[in-house]
Amino acid sequence: MLEKKIRVLIAKPGLDGHDRGAKVIARALRDAGMEVIYTGLRQTPEMIASAAAQEDVDVIGLSILSGAHNTLCPQLMKLLHEKGMDDLTVLVGGIIPEADIPALKRSGIAEIFLPGTSTQDIIDFIHKRQAQPR
Amino acid sequence: MNDSSNSKKPDHLAASSSRLRAWEKNTLEPTLAKSPERQKEFTTISSYPIGRLYTQADLANWDSTRDLGFPGEPPYTRGIHATMHRGRLWTMRQFAGFGSAEDTNQRFRYLLSHGQTGLSTAFDLPTLMGYDSDHALSEGEVGKCGVAISSLADMEVLFDQIPLAGVTTSMTINSPAAVIWAMYLAVAEKQGADWKKISGTLQNDILKEYIAQKEYIYPPEPSMRLVIDTFEFGMKHTPKFNVISISGYHIREAGSTAIQELAFTLRDGMEYVEWAIRRGLPVDEFAPQLSFFFNAQNDFFEEIAKYRAARRIWYKAMTDRYKSVNPRSWALRFHTQTAGCSLTAQQPMNNVVRTAIQALAGVLGGTQSLHTNSLDEAWALPTEFAATIALRTQQIIAHETGVTNTVDPLGGSYFVEALTNEVENGAWDYVRRIDAMGGMVRAIEKSYPQREIAEASYRYQMAVDKKEKVIVGVNDFVTPEKPLEVLQIDEAVAHRQAERLRKLRSERSTADVERRLTALRKASKGSENLMPYIFDAVKAYATLGEICEAMRTVFGPYEEVAIT
Repeated sequence: MLEKKIRVLIAKPGLDGHDRGAKVIARALRDAGMEVIYTGLRQTPEMIASAAAQEDVDVIGLSILSGAHNTLCPQLMKLLHEKGMDDLTVLVGGIIPEADIPALKRSGIAEIFLPGTSTQDIIDFIHKRQAQPR
Repeated sequence: MNDSSNSKKPDHLAASSSRLRAWEKNTLEPTLAKSPERQKEFTTISSYPIGRLYTQADLANWDSTRDLGFPGEPPYTRGIHATMHRGRLWTMRQFAGFGSAEDTNQRFRYLLSHGQTGLSTAFDLPTLMGYDSDHALSEGEVGKCGVAISSLADMEVLFDQIPLAGVTTSMTINSPAAVIWAMYLAVAEKQGADWKKISGTLQNDILKEYIAQKEYIYPPEPSMRLVIDTFEFGMKHTPKFNVISISGYHIREAGSTAIQELAFTLRDGMEYVEWAIRRGLPVDEFAPQLSFFFNAQNDFFEEIAKYRAARRIWYKAMTDRYKSVNPRSWALRFHTQTAGCSLTAQQPMNNVVRTAIQALAGVLGGTQSLHTNSLDEAWALPTEFAATIALRTQQIIAHETGVTNTVDPLGGSYFVEALTNEVENGAWDYVRRIDAMGGMVRAIEKSYPQREIAEASYRYQMAVDKKEKVIVGVNDFVTPEKPLEVLQIDEAVAHRQAERLRKLRSERSTADVERRLTALRKASKGSENLMPYIFDAVKAYATLGEICEAMRTVFGPYEEVAIT
C-alpha cells in the first residue's frame, strides 16, 4: 500500500522578509518526499493556524529570525489548542537565543533548529516524530 | 567585454606558454603521479571553478592600460582615488540600532567615543515596513532588529547631542526612506546644520527589496517614483548626501553567488539611472550622489575580484550606456559589510576570525567604508562587548597589518586579474539577459532574479549538508560548548513607544496633521515630487505609519508571488 505523504506547512510569521531559510527547507522537505505548502511572507498566527487546518497538515515549520519568537510562538500554540490541533508537530527554525528555548518547548514547540542545522537532520526528525504513535 | 581582436600572440607570451608546458611536463606531472590533489575540483564559495595555477597565459587578452589603468583613473580597477587608503582610511561605520531611540543614541555616542568615524542606523521591522510601534502588526517586533522610530520626536532623541553637521550618517531604510530622510533633514534643520553641507547615505534601494530582503510596501512603479523623487530632491538641496546605496549585500545574504550579487546590484543601479533620465534629470547632476553596498563573504579572492570588477562595470555603463561626461559619475563608491550569513551559532568566537578575513577582502578591494559584524550575531543583536571587538578588528587592519601602505597591492596578480575579468564577464552576461527582459523591474515581475538566487542558495545548502563545503564548527571540527551571553530586548520598549505615541498624538495639532496628510494623498495621485509634502507632514509630527498609510491608500500594497 502507498504510504500517506507527510504534509508540512512552512510559514514565515511576523514582519521579517528574510525567507532564504524557509525556502531552502521547503524545497529540501519536498525533495525528501513530503507535501510542502509555503505560506509566503508576513503571516499572522491566525493566518497560519487556519492555513494548517485548511491544508490538513501534520507539521508546521516556522521560520523566525527577527527576535519576535517569544510573542509569535505562544500565540500560534494557543490558537492551535483552541482549534483542537494539539497533535500537530510544530517546529521552529531561525535565530533563537538559547535562553528562550525551554519556554518555547514548554509552550508545545516540538523542536527548535538553530543556524547550522543540516536539512537532513530536520527531515530525520520529522520522519521519526511522525512514526511515533501519539 | 575584454575580448581583444588581435589573435597573434606577442613573442613574450609564446615563450611563457612554452615554459608553462615544460613545467607541466617536468614538474607537475610527476608530482600528480606521486600524490594526487586533495580534490578533483576546486571551486569558490559560489561554486565557481578555480584553476591550479594562473600565469601570463590567463591574461592573453588582458591589456594593462585598458583593463587595469591607474588608481583614480578609468576604469578604476585599482580604486577610485589616486592614493586610496594612504590618503584616507575607509570610514569605520558600524551598523547599530536596538530598542528605543534613547538606547540607540547611547550606543551611537559610545561608538563615536571609541573611535568610530561614521554612524549607521539599523531600524526595527515595524519602522522598515512603515508601521508605527503601536500598530497591531508591530507586536513583538518593536526595537528587536533595530531602533523603533515612529515620528520626528523619536528622531530628535536618536540624534540628541550628536551634531549632524559634523558626522556622516547612514540610514538603512528602504520603502519608507523618503519619510525617514525627511525626519533626519528636519532634525538637521532644527540643529541649525546647513543641508548643503551635511552628508550621509540613505539606503533607499527598493529593487533589492523585491529581489531579496522583501521589505516592500508599495508596488514597483510608485516605489520607483519615490526613489527618483529623493534623487531630484537631493540633487537640489543636499549635494553631499548619497541618496541611495545600491545594495548587493542582501542579495548575497539571500544566497546568491558573487557574480549574481555583482550583476543584480549593478543592473539595479542601471535601472535607477534609466528611470531618473526618463524623469528628465541630467545624468551628471544626480549620478555623483549614487553609492553602492557590497557583501564581504569568506571567499577572499572572489570578493576582491568582485569589487574590482564592479568599478570597471560601472565606469563602462556610465560612459557607454548613459553618455556621462563627469568623472564624478564614473567612480563607483561602495560600503562593505562582512557576511552575516557566514557567522556560525556554533563556536561563535571563530566568527571574529571570519569577520577579520572578510573585512580584509573589503579593504584590499578598495572599500570606502566598512561594517564588521559582531561574533554573537547568529544568536542576537550584538552586546557592547562583541560590538567593540568588531570595531577593533577594523582598527587592527588599518593600523597594524600594513595592507594600507600601498594602493591595490594585488593589482597585476595573474589570478586576481584573471578572476576580475571572469567575474566581470559573468556579470555582463546577466546584465544582457535582464536587458532582454526589458529591465530590472520587468525581470523582478517575472521572478527571474528571485529564482536564480533561490537556486544558488539551495545548491549551496546541499553542498554544506554533503560536506562538500566545510564550515568549521558546524559540519566539521565540532565540539561541545557553553551558551553565550546575548543581548535581550524586552517588551518594555514597546510599552514606552506606545506611551510616547499616545502623548504625541494628544499634543500635536490634529487639524494641521490631517491637512498635510490630505495634501500628500492628493499629490500622490498626480506626478509631482512628493518630498516637500512628506517633509511638511513630518514637521507637523505626523507619524511614519500615518504618512506611509496615506500613500498606501493611493499606491496600494505589493504582494509577491511566493516561489519555493
